[in-house]
Amino acid sequence: MRHAVLLSLVMAATWLVLSGYFIGMILTFGVISIALVVWMTKRLAILDDETVPYLNIVKTCKYYVWLFIEIVKANIQVLKAVVSPNSEISPTLVKIPMRSNIDIAQTMFANSITLTPGTVSVDVREDHILVHALLKEMSNPEDFYEMHSRSAGAVSIGLKDK
Amino acid sequence: MIISTLSTVILDSNLGWTGLVQSSLSCLTIVTGLFFVFAGTIGVLRFPDFYTRLHAAGMTDTLGAELILVGLILQSGFTQTSLKLMMIGFFLLLTSPTATHAIAHSAYTANLKPKLGKHNFSKIRGGRS
Amino acid sequence: MPIFLEYFNLGAAFFIIVCMVLMLGRLLGGPTLYDRLLAVNSFGTKTIIFLCIFCFIIDRPDGLDIALLYALMNFIATIAVLKFFNYRCLGVSLIKEQMEAEE
Repeated sequence: MRHAVLLSLVMAATWLVLSGYFIGMILTFGVISIALVVWMTKRLAILDDETVPYLNIVKTCKYYVWLFIEIVKANIQVLKAVVSPNSEISPTLVKIPMRSNIDIAQTMFANSITLTPGTVSVDVREDHILVHALLKEMSNPEDFYEMHSRSAGAVSIGLKDK
Repeated sequence: MIISTLSTVILDSNLGWTGLVQSSLSCLTIVTGLFFVFAGTIGVLRFPDFYTRLHAAGMTDTLGAELILVGLILQSGFTQTSLKLMMIGFFLLLTSPTATHAIAHSAYTANLKPKLGKHNFSKIRGGRS
Repeated sequence: MPIFLEYFNLGAAFFIIVCMVLMLGRLLGGPTLYDRLLAVNSFGTKTIIFLCIFCFIIDRPDGLDIALLYALMNFIATIAVLKFFNYRCLGVSLIKEQMEAEE
């Protein structure tokens, strides 16, 4: 029930932003489509914390602020490699162990790795991620462990031990 | 040209201090974003193999696009336009890493070997070398 | 909108077009298929930015819907082309058990 209310609130906000009209007919269409989507989600039996991850939005915002700073740092490093006239790169493939088996935590982690320039997740398996790094100093497992624990904390999920 | 444009800004427009600060901040942000987009393009042209080009393209997708969108949000103020721009930025943040990962993964499953280890590169490469 | 911002937006749009033309070099000369796909994807991102700036130049914010649509279409197009070149047809299920059963 709580998930249904949250989902319809978020969808109503999306509808209002995209349409921008406050006429009775269009608002009625909006209410009908929201009700239809909530009913279909309930029938699919996926109305749970993974489909509606809006409860811990504060933590997620904090995580994205941290990730933005990391992205800026990584961008400057890649920028140096691009613009210096005779630059030296050391591409590395490194296996990062996955310490969570919940889908949304894995997705957040792999997305964050790819979002940071200089590291791209090439192959995602159940127990590890294969990461291609542009420079050797970007493939430090401790940094990835910090990113993993923070991204799992953003969806309020703990990690397994090392 | 530049001096005359600047004088138009300061003398003719009735922007006020907040408008002037808002416009110049937005200009600064957009110029930084354009610089990152340009650097990403140069990187895609310049880097020696496919996996390293992915990183340069990622630079365009993240900081370049987002900074330009932030600059446009600063130009428009808080309206429906800025909310739509935020939505575009959000979708870019969600979809661009997924697309990058999809391309990298299918290159990896097609046995395209990355060139590993320390090496220099100095000239633009292209074509079937 | 102050007049110098309009000139500034025009310059920014022109610069994006220059970057798009440069990206065509990688599209035409990329050694592998994946280089070309990467170039197409990056070209699409630049198109989205160009559309956003263009909406500000002609002062019609309705056009932002097109940019939003393009952001989603760009993603789906990349995935569809990749899937086509992996399996040579689009009607393949991506679930593991079914793939193994078909093989």
